[in-house]
Amino acid sequence: MRGRYTRGQNLFNVFNLFFLTALALAMFLPFLNVIAQSFSSSDAIINGKVGLLPKDFTAINYQYVFSDRSIWRAFGVSVYITVLGTAINLIATSSLAYPVSRQEFVGRKYIVMMVLFTMVFSAPLIPNFILIKNLGLMNSLWSLMLPGAISAFNFFVMRSFFMQLPQELIDSSRIDGCGELRIIVSMVLPLSKPVMASLGIFYAVGHWNTYMSALYYINKPSLWPLQVMLKKLFETDDISVDPASSVYSSLAHTSPEGIKMAVIIVATIPIIMIYPFLQRHFVKGMMVGSVKS
Amino acid sequence: MKAKITGVDLISYKPNTKKSLLTNMWKFRALYVIALPGILYFIIFKYVPLAGSVIAFQNYNIFKGFTGSEWVGFEHFRTMFQYQDFGRILSNTILLGLYDLIFAFPAPIVLALLLNEIRLVFYKRFLQTVVYMPHFLSWVIVSGIALGILSPGTGIVNQVLQAFGFEPIYFLGENSYIRTILISSGIWRDSGYGTIIYLAALAGINPDLYEASEVDGAGRWKQTMAITLPSLIPTIMILFLLHIGRFLDLGFERVWVFLNALNTGNGEILDTYIYKAGLLSQQYSYTTAVGLFKSVVGLILVLIGNILSKKTTGESLY
Repeated sequence: MRGRYTRGQNLFNVFNLFFLTALALAMFLPFLNVIAQSFSSSDAIINGKVGLLPKDFTAINYQYVFSDRSIWRAFGVSVYITVLGTAINLIATSSLAYPVSRQEFVGRKYIVMMVLFTMVFSAPLIPNFILIKNLGLMNSLWSLMLPGAISAFNFFVMRSFFMQLPQELIDSSRIDGCGELRIIVSMVLPLSKPVMASLGIFYAVGHWNTYMSALYYINKPSLWPLQVMLKKLFETDDISVDPASSVYSSLAHTSPEGIKMAVIIVATIPIIMIYPFLQRHFVKGMMVGSVKS
Repeated sequence: MKAKITGVDLISYKPNTKKSLLTNMWKFRALYVIALPGILYFIIFKYVPLAGSVIAFQNYNIFKGFTGSEWVGFEHFRTMFQYQDFGRILSNTILLGLYDLIFAFPAPIVLALLLNEIRLVFYKRFLQTVVYMPHFLSWVIVSGIALGILSPGTGIVNQVLQAFGFEPIYFLGENSYIRTILISSGIWRDSGYGTIIYLAALAGINPDLYEASEVDGAGRWKQTMAITLPSLIPTIMILFLLHIGRFLDLGFERVWVFLNALNTGNGEILDTYIYKAGLLSQQYSYTTAVGLFKSVVGLILVLIGNILSKKTTGESLY
């Protein structure tokens, strides 16, 4: 498309190729090191011998991780909030976005403004905390799912998707005698699979990575999602933390580094597994979202 | 979009009188019923806490509630500005925000321009897949990876340093490194993902422009300067405005996961301070004041940025 290359341009092309490859490696190598450590013996790790490949290959770190009930429980909590939370997200977001996308809905401008305002100006942490407390959601997994039920950004993405649906389609089904609910169930929902899938994956990644709200609202170790568990685990050799408070002091004797790295891998696997689906959708999602309305 | 609106005008559901408005609402009552939970959600989870922010002007007592607590006006704001550590924390936040703006904000633009120059389509796709990936890892995991590779005893970075004859460095245990670590981990995690929007904008540039410039004898560097970059300006401007609004908002998680007793000096930001002083030490009213200060500064920055951008480039958020 852009014609023949001069010598300088060829030089640039070669340099660019090398530079970007190096950059991509820089993105990936830390991860390779984590994998290598997770499969290495405690001696090899402590002596700093592990590079990009495992040394003294062993799966003992994974054995510890999989035999630990609190990690299983945290994994279960994360799966639970990811599945249920995402379902709540999709239902809540679409059930507000659909009506607001319809011309027949009087006052939709006010709702759009109401949502937009929360994007630019939001309440500080403490009033949110007091609200959760007053609602009785402290130490309940609902506190991780309800407060973020609708993301303003995703609301706008979904609304612009629904706005693209042809009005004629809806009008003609009205003429055929369909009620609004019938239209939603048999016309709108089947048509909105792509947007549901892409936003669903975004919401799901968000829930899987939830850390902050769990730190704020959940004190019971049995209800900790995986990320909180992970953070506690990393803190075990952290000077700022009282060792007695750490859940992992008992395991820390064996191969703390290796175990930490193994847990990182376990916590990342679900993301890696959905990544192919994710990648297909997020570019589209970003595009729809960036359209000004 | 325009065509849609005219299409609807033809059908015209626009009610003329109050009575027809009500009939219309009754006719489409299902829509209103469906929308109700979402509206309630925004009122309860967004606007109630916003109203609850009045505790910044009270000595809030959790047992007395909003109505029973005593009003103190701007006292908490005064305390905030007089408090020595607040100055340090605010300047940490501003510095990190500035570094983020200088180093992290342009990173995806440069990366997108470079990626755009790769002509091997398959390799370009592969590179994109790799650089997007870190964005989907949680901050906890990113910090875990950083702890692993930066560890003074077992980390691979220090192994390399030692191989070159340097002393191992406890990167996360020193104030002097924490800002660099925070900014570079931010770039590592998010710059690849940030290219998506720029790459899309680049794909939208009319190829005729390049052909025309080639006829005029412009090389690729000149084309980049005269066509590619100017075409990106609107996208850059919008993202810049969004970024500016979150200037004091480095994100709690991103910083919290890297903080320890040895690096709080330079690493503590408003968000982590609010969590510590507010939730852990229960100074509810005072930290609400700090949070409100942060939100108001963010809002003012968005408004100023928007006005400036409207004047200079014609782009604006609203």
